[in-house]
Amino acid sequence: MTQASLGQSVVQKEIQSQNNGVAANVTHTQPLWLLAEVTYRCPLHCAFCYNPTDYDKHTQNELTTEQWIQALRDARRLGALQLGISGGEPLLRDDIEDIVIEAKKLGYYSNLITSGVGLTEKRIQAFKDGGLDHIQLSMHDITEEINNFITNTKTFELKKKVAAMIKNHGYPMVLNVVIHRYNIGHMRQILEMAEALGADYIELANTQYYGWSLVNRSQLMPTKEQIDEAERITNEFREKQGSKMKVFFVVPDYFSDRPKKCMNGWGEVFMIVTANGDVLPCHSARVLPNIEFPNVKDKGLDWVWNDSPAFNKYRGDSWMKEPCRSCAEKEKDLAGCRCQAFMLTGDAEGADPVCSLSPNHHVITQAIEDSRNPVIASQPIIFRNDKNSKAIIAGELHDRVKDFHALP
Amino acid sequence: MSIQHTDIYAIALHHRFQWEEAQNCYVILFPEGMVKLNGGAGEVLNLVDGKRTVADIITELKAKFPDAPDLDQDIIGMLELAIEKAWLRQIN
Repeated sequence: MTQASLGQSVVQKEIQSQNNGVAANVTHTQPLWLLAEVTYRCPLHCAFCYNPTDYDKHTQNELTTEQWIQALRDARRLGALQLGISGGEPLLRDDIEDIVIEAKKLGYYSNLITSGVGLTEKRIQAFKDGGLDHIQLSMHDITEEINNFITNTKTFELKKKVAAMIKNHGYPMVLNVVIHRYNIGHMRQILEMAEALGADYIELANTQYYGWSLVNRSQLMPTKEQIDEAERITNEFREKQGSKMKVFFVVPDYFSDRPKKCMNGWGEVFMIVTANGDVLPCHSARVLPNIEFPNVKDKGLDWVWNDSPAFNKYRGDSWMKEPCRSCAEKEKDLAGCRCQAFMLTGDAEGADPVCSLSPNHHVITQAIEDSRNPVIASQPIIFRNDKNSKAIIAGELHDRVKDFHALP
Repeated sequence: MSIQHTDIYAIALHHRFQWEEAQNCYVILFPEGMVKLNGGAGEVLNLVDGKRTVADIITELKAKFPDAPDLDQDIIGMLELAIEKAWLRQIN
């Protein structure tokens, strides 16, 4: 018996649909995953944050509690099941308790994605009572120095306390560690720390270069050798440890020959509602040209998902150009990430330059070279904070973004 | 690992099993993932409730699907896979 005889993981989703009794190969898209980026405000200032660098424009026009609840209801009717409550730091809003209660009522499997800042005994108890299913905590390193440096805050001790709190309340502990040059050498210690904290899952997420992390790419990118070693240590840990902690190692796309199947396809399973109500098929879609993204204040999510030009723009493969269009592997990666293609090459319909078959692949090899260039790599990190966001909006940090075809 | 007819299983901690109208199937939800269950697997897991023994489940499904051949083996096979996936925990 195979996995297929039991069921189907939705990340490999292609549904056989019945059409008047005749089997038809139709891809039925449903927004199974709803990510609610409830605020862009954040007490941390992480150098690798994927949020838009101009987020400061969106901190004053956040959706109300009622608008969030309406969005949750509409998405659930469309089939959404997994709910991520993220940000910024979602706990900066005082209505997360209300959102959690509504999510439970609607039958979502809900997940709070947090830095832990602002999580108190009182709030976690309210989340538990309200029916929140799990909490994903970001951790940064085993050392106080690196944690505090990369987040630009003194949050090391707090994170350990929050991890214990999550465990004490009977939650599965899901840790997310973004991997970059400054912590990649500590992989074994990070895994041991996670195990000591009683983590059930740990995601070792190699930095993907969007938003602030793109601006800081040369400062954050590890070498290929470091990544190989990190993966080797991770595999070794998986094999010998025998504990029940599940370890996910997210491979960094800059170092692979083929691009990732970004978001499992445009408008296939993911829908993101951002702080101000814009609805996106992926985290950074706002960088793309000639697309107007719908907003929940104007249109219902049913229209957004099924009928909006934005969500239909890169569905299927008729928009693809060569070399993707005739590529035997096109179904595997759907030409990669539209945002990365546009940001790095100026062509939103082109192949993701990560692909070695892309005529623009040199921008990736150049980026890797730059990150090894001591002069470039020693430029200061631009931390994610309001002051820097305002400066980027005002064009003051032009030198650091001039190579990209849109503001990261 | 061998499953005994006297074994009793429940859905694993931090996992949720539910019927989804929009997908027209049972699903299993857990941190960072979900699986849509095929009809047969859904029927089996729907009876895994921390009270019924494996024998109870087989009896009920045989009554419900009298014409299905090799039902015992299919049910045991599905339970084995579900246990391997850590969707179930044994409670006796």
